[in-house]
Amino acid sequence: MVETVLFWVLAVLSIATALAVITNRNPMYSVLLLVVNFFCIGGLYLTLNAEFIAVIQIIVYAGAIMVLFLFVVMLLNLGSEKSLEPAFDAKKGLAFLLGLAFLAEMLVAMKDFSAIGSAKETFEYGKVEKIGLQLMTQYVYPFEMISVILLVALIGALMIAKKYN
Amino acid sequence: MLFNLNALITLELLLPITLTFVFIAIYALLGVYAERKIAAFIQDRVGPDEVGYKGTLQTFADILKLLQKEIIVPDSADKILFWLAPILIFASVFAGFAVLPFMHSEYYVNINLALLWVMTIVSIDVIGIIMAGWASNNKYSLYGSMRAVSQMIAYEIPLGFAILGVAVIYGTLNINQIITMQSIEGYTWGLWNTKNYGGFFLWSIFQHPHLLLIFLIFFTAGIAECNRAPFDIPEAESELIAGFHIEYSGFAFATIMLAEYANMLIISLLSVIMFFGGWNSPLPNLGNFFLYHWTNGGLFWSSFWLLTKSFLLIFIMMWIRWSWPRFRADQLLQFSWKVLLPASLTLVIFSVLWKLWLHP
Amino acid sequence: MKNYFEQYLQNPCLNYNLAPFSKRMQEYYGAFIMIAIGLGLALILSNLQNILIRKRFTERKVMPYESGMDPVGTARDRFSIKFYLIAMLFILFDIEIIFMYPWAVQYKQLGIFGFIEMFSFVLILFVGYIYVVKKGGLDWN
Repeated sequence: MVETVLFWVLAVLSIATALAVITNRNPMYSVLLLVVNFFCIGGLYLTLNAEFIAVIQIIVYAGAIMVLFLFVVMLLNLGSEKSLEPAFDAKKGLAFLLGLAFLAEMLVAMKDFSAIGSAKETFEYGKVEKIGLQLMTQYVYPFEMISVILLVALIGALMIAKKYN
Repeated sequence: MLFNLNALITLELLLPITLTFVFIAIYALLGVYAERKIAAFIQDRVGPDEVGYKGTLQTFADILKLLQKEIIVPDSADKILFWLAPILIFASVFAGFAVLPFMHSEYYVNINLALLWVMTIVSIDVIGIIMAGWASNNKYSLYGSMRAVSQMIAYEIPLGFAILGVAVIYGTLNINQIITMQSIEGYTWGLWNTKNYGGFFLWSIFQHPHLLLIFLIFFTAGIAECNRAPFDIPEAESELIAGFHIEYSGFAFATIMLAEYANMLIISLLSVIMFFGGWNSPLPNLGNFFLYHWTNGGLFWSSFWLLTKSFLLIFIMMWIRWSWPRFRADQLLQFSWKVLLPASLTLVIFSVLWKLWLHP
Repeated sequence: MKNYFEQYLQNPCLNYNLAPFSKRMQEYYGAFIMIAIGLGLALILSNLQNILIRKRFTERKVMPYESGMDPVGTARDRFSIKFYLIAMLFILFDIEIIFMYPWAVQYKQLGIFGFIEMFSFVLILFVGYIYVVKKGGLDWN
C-alpha cells in the first residue's frame, strides 16, 4: 500500500519537476529542479528494490553531473538577468523530430512490457553483490567499453579547456 | 505487503531521530566551546572566561545573541535559493546520521550500502554550498563557494577510494558487518594471532598495515570535506571573510555552522567505524585481567567507546586546525589530484592483492 | 518467518544477510523519514527569527557585504574554464569509483579474472589521468 502511494507521489513529482526544468527561464533553477527530479527517480528505484541504482543515481547524477551543469551555467553566466532568446530554427525542429522518435521508441518498447511479475524479478537483482557479479561476468565487454568512453570524454574536456585557455 | 505503516509511526523510529538531533545540537555547542579553549591553549591565551565557570556558558550566550539577530536577506540575492540553501545543507548532513550508529544496537537504520550513503551526503552538500554562494549574489560568497566546491569534489575522489579500500578488505559496505568483523578477525598484520588479546589489536589498522595509510588519506580528505584548516581556503578570513555563508546571519548562519560541526562528527565517526574498531573496546586482555571482555558489548560500553574515539579524532582535527597554516588554493587542489588520488588508487589495488594473496 | 525474526533480533550484525530483501528495504524508509525530519528541523531552525524577531528595514543593511564599501559591479561573474575541467575529471573518477564498488564486495568470487578486468578498467582511465597531468590540465597559474 505504502509502495503504491510512494510510487504515485514520486511519479507525479518527477514529472512535475521535469516539466518545470524545461519551462523555467532561469537556468540555475532548471538545474536545481533537475536535482530534485533525480531524487524522485532515485526514490522510484528504491520502490523497485534497486538500492544500488538508487544510490548511484543520487551520487553520480545529482551529485556529480549536476555540479558540472552548475559550473557550466556559472561559466556561461546566464543569470536571471538575461534569458535566452526564443527562436524557431532548424535545431529546434530537429530536436522536436528526435523527441518524437524517442517517444515512439519508448512506446514500442513498452508495448511488450508487462508490469506484473517484473517487480518480483528485480526482487534480488538490485543487490550490489548481484550487480557486481553480472557486471564482471556477463557484461564484461560493455563494462570495459565504459572506461574507453570515459577516456574519450576526459580528453575531449581537456581539448576544450585548452582551446579557450 | 513490503512495508508496515505501524512500524513507521511508532516511537521506535521517531525517538532515535529526535535524540540524534538533540545529541548533534549539544555536541555542536560543546564543540564550539572546546574549539575555542583548545585554540586558546595552543596559542597561549585564556580563551572564553567570563560567562559561567571558565566560560562554559559562552556558547549558550552566543546562541542567545544569534537568536536576537534578524535574518538579513540581501536585496540583490535570489530570495528562494538563499532561503533554501541552509536547509539543504543541514538536511543532507543530518541524513548522514541515518546510517551512522552511536551505539551497538538495532535501533538505527541498517543499510546494506551505508558507506555509499555517506558518499551521497557529501555530494548533496556540494549542491547546497553552490546554492548558498550563488544565491547570495556577493562576490566573496561566490568565490568562496566556487573554491569550496572545487575543493570538495577534488577531495571526494580520495575519500571514495579510501572507503573503497576498506570495503575491499571486508567485502561489504555495511557498517554493522565491518565493525563486527573487527571483533572477530585476529591476525595482526598477517604475522601473529592476537585474537585472544582483543582490544586495539583487532582494529582494522592493526590487522592490515596499509590501512594506516588509507586512514591518513581518508582523514585528510575528510578534513578537506569539512572545509577546515589547513584546507579552509574557501572561508579564508583574511581574503574572503567567511566564504559562501558571508551573507547569512542569525540562525540561518547557525544552521550552516551546525551542519559543519555535524560533518566533522560524521567524518570522525566513519573513521572510527572503518579503522578503529567501531564500538569495540580498545583495551586488550592482559593475563587474568580480561579487560577486553569486561569493557565490551552492551549499550553503555559500546556508545562510550564509539563516542570517546570519535571525540578524540575531533580533538585531533581541532589540534591540526590551530597548528598548521592554510594551503594556497592551487596547492590544495594539486595536492588532491596529484598526490592523494594516485596514492589512494594504488592503495586500493594493494588492498585487493593483500586480501587475495598475502593475507587471505 | 517468526523463526527468522527471532534470529534477527538476537544478532542483527551476523544474520543481516539472511534477512529477506524486503526487510532490508524497509531500512530505507527509515532513512527517508530521517531526511524528512532533517528538512523540517532545518526549516524551523533557520526560520526561527523570522517568527520571533521584528525586522527593521534599512537600505544599508540589505546591500551586499563588501567590507563596508559600496558594492562594485555584480557578483554574476564568469569563471575560469579550469573549473569545468575539474568538474569533468571529478565525474569520470566518481563513475570509476562507483563501478568499483560492486566489484569490491564481490572480488573474491571473481578471483584473478575479475582483478584483471578491473585492473584494465582502471588502467585505461589512469592513462587519461596521466595525459591530463602531462598536458598541464591540473596546473593553476
